Amino acid sequence: MSAPLKHGSRGGRWAVIGVPYFWLLLFFMLPFLIVLKISVSEMETVTFKDVLTWKDGVLALSLKLSNYASLVQDDLYFLTYVSSLKYAAVTTVLCLAIGYPFAYFMARAKPTIQPTLLMLVMLPFWTSFLLRVYAWKGLLSEHGWAANFIAALGLDRVLLAIGVIPAQGQLMNTPFSLVLGMTYTYLPFMILPLYSNLAKMDLRLLEAASDLGASAWVAFWKITVPLSKAGIIAGSMLVFIPCVGEYVIPELLGGPQTQMIGRTLWDEFFSNNDWPMASTVAVAMVLLIIVPLAIFNKYQAEATEKRA
Amino acid sequence: MSAEAFLQIRNVVKDFSGYKAVNNVSIDIAKGEIFALLGSSGCGKTTLLRMLAGFETPTSGNIVLNGQDLAGMPPYESPMNMMFQSYALFPHMTVWDNVAFGPRRSGLPAAEVSERVEEMLKLVQLGKFAKRKPHQLSGGQQQRVALARSLAKKPQLLLLDEPLGALDKKLREETQIELVNIIEKVGVTCVMVTHDQEEAMTMASRIAVMSEGRFLQVGAPSDIYETPANRFVADFIGNVNLMEGTLETDEVDHVTIRCADCTHYVGHGITGTEGMSVSVALRPEKIRITREVPAPQAGEPDAAFNRVHGSVKDMAYFGSFTVYHLALESGLVLKISSSNTERHRADQLTWGDEAWASWSPTSQVVLTA
Repeated sequence: MSAPLKHGSRGGRWAVIGVPYFWLLLFFMLPFLIVLKISVSEMETVTFKDVLTWKDGVLALSLKLSNYASLVQDDLYFLTYVSSLKYAAVTTVLCLAIGYPFAYFMARAKPTIQPTLLMLVMLPFWTSFLLRVYAWKGLLSEHGWAANFIAALGLDRVLLAIGVIPAQGQLMNTPFSLVLGMTYTYLPFMILPLYSNLAKMDLRLLEAASDLGASAWVAFWKITVPLSKAGIIAGSMLVFIPCVGEYVIPELLGGPQTQMIGRTLWDEFFSNNDWPMASTVAVAMVLLIIVPLAIFNKYQAEATEKRA
Repeated sequence: MSAEAFLQIRNVVKDFSGYKAVNNVSIDIAKGEIFALLGSSGCGKTTLLRMLAGFETPTSGNIVLNGQDLAGMPPYESPMNMMFQSYALFPHMTVWDNVAFGPRRSGLPAAEVSERVEEMLKLVQLGKFAKRKPHQLSGGQQQRVALARSLAKKPQLLLLDEPLGALDKKLREETQIELVNIIEKVGVTCVMVTHDQEEAMTMASRIAVMSEGRFLQVGAPSDIYETPANRFVADFIGNVNLMEGTLETDEVDHVTIRCADCTHYVGHGITGTEGMSVSVALRPEKIRITREVPAPQAGEPDAAFNRVHGSVKDMAYFGSFTVYHLALESGLVLKISSSNTERHRADQLTWGDEAWASWSPTSQVVLTA
């Protein structure tokens, strides 16, 4: 809509765009290409063979694709990818279920208390994320406060019934503790984009819906939810993407049942010392995450186009 | 008006923690009428409209529509629809879905909803825009979608909140006529809120001038303009010259009022006592401006009345008319609007010229309130 910028030198504009691009190229694209190269290299005791060799006038390109083959053939990798996606998805749904009402009432609260509520959402960031996850270890261990509380309410029986804990009284190192930890950690990332979206909503639209015969419930589903779609997608991406590759939380709160891709990656690098295989896993994970991201970007581009 | 009026507003009060936004307002509105609530911002007109729509509940008083008391009825049940200021169209829905929103909520079968929407889009001539989203339409088209949406449930009463406020001046003038035509075609009773007196005058059959939560005058546009009930209404509607004076003689067929610059001769009697202070309201277009001493015309009193002398302090040319500001001896500045009936007038008045202003004994309004 706005008129094109007339002044400001062309070179200056390129510099502004170029610096971050150069940064990303140097510190993201280049390392990624190195990882990609390692994933198709042959190990030679402690070093990698060159992919491209020049010997006696023969240029040879040798790509070792067996790692990618084993990624498909070996169940272990496939299952950990699926399990990562599953836990990330469950966490995202839980964050949305808890975060949406939270963000909604925050956006509709009196303007005078909104900054306080916003501060409360961001308050956890002031303590180290590692400390907060560690705290859950204590809270969920046998006779921990949270464990006692859950037992007192009889919730452990429910958790056992839906199969997220292996036995009554064992909450730690289970799918339950993992999802709890991830939901707890990533909830603010769901609430903040939802809040900023819902706070911008024109409340007269709800009055108009009400005037045309919609009850509050119908107006919520027909007007509020569709209009907050961008916030829902942004929040879900912000939770889902890091959850897929999450390493620390599964390491601290997860258990034998909750093998996730971050953990596999660690094992390949540091336990098996199989860097090419580890790189293969990493490349596959990046691709796995790029797909939803690309969908998100496409949606955003469409939304921007619509607003123009 | 009879007790069986279509819409009855009875002693309605809205109290916002001690501040009476609407203070004991009563009015009867007939079926098919276009009724305008006119006032500056904060006068309570929007609060009254929102009470009609059901968004606010009156602190006391009744609103009865077609024999049905609307007190406490939530907006989604009331048999009236509102066209919102700047429209509040649903941005994520097409024009078609916007218009269909109301009929769908009343649980009509799909075929009937579709029929209704087609009918409404045809009414506002937007049939070919059905698939568009609101942001793809111009301001005038959005306004018509909003109208179609508010009429789609066939409401008994249509409420319009600043219906043309979001349009620019030229479009507003065209749309006023079009909007009235559509409302009359549908035959719906209509209450509108506006701060724009021109909009109220051209669209409404009756106007209520509001200030501080009360009705100051209710009447047809011409009544309000030509016979304002008090100083506020005279001043609020159009331009007016207000001159303060005292009632000198009070006869059955005329009165004279002594002001600082002249003596007014008013060709009708008023209810008052000699010596009381009154205001004389005189519209700029009812004053003649001449260079020479004006001779009394047929049916006018002698040269002692209804004329003042001054110098042109300011003038503004508007094309079809020119406004002169005539500075009088007392310091009062008289606004005079003169129709430009000739393209070039020899002896055109200009800045600093001495001139006479005069008016007929039927042009003033004597205000005692």
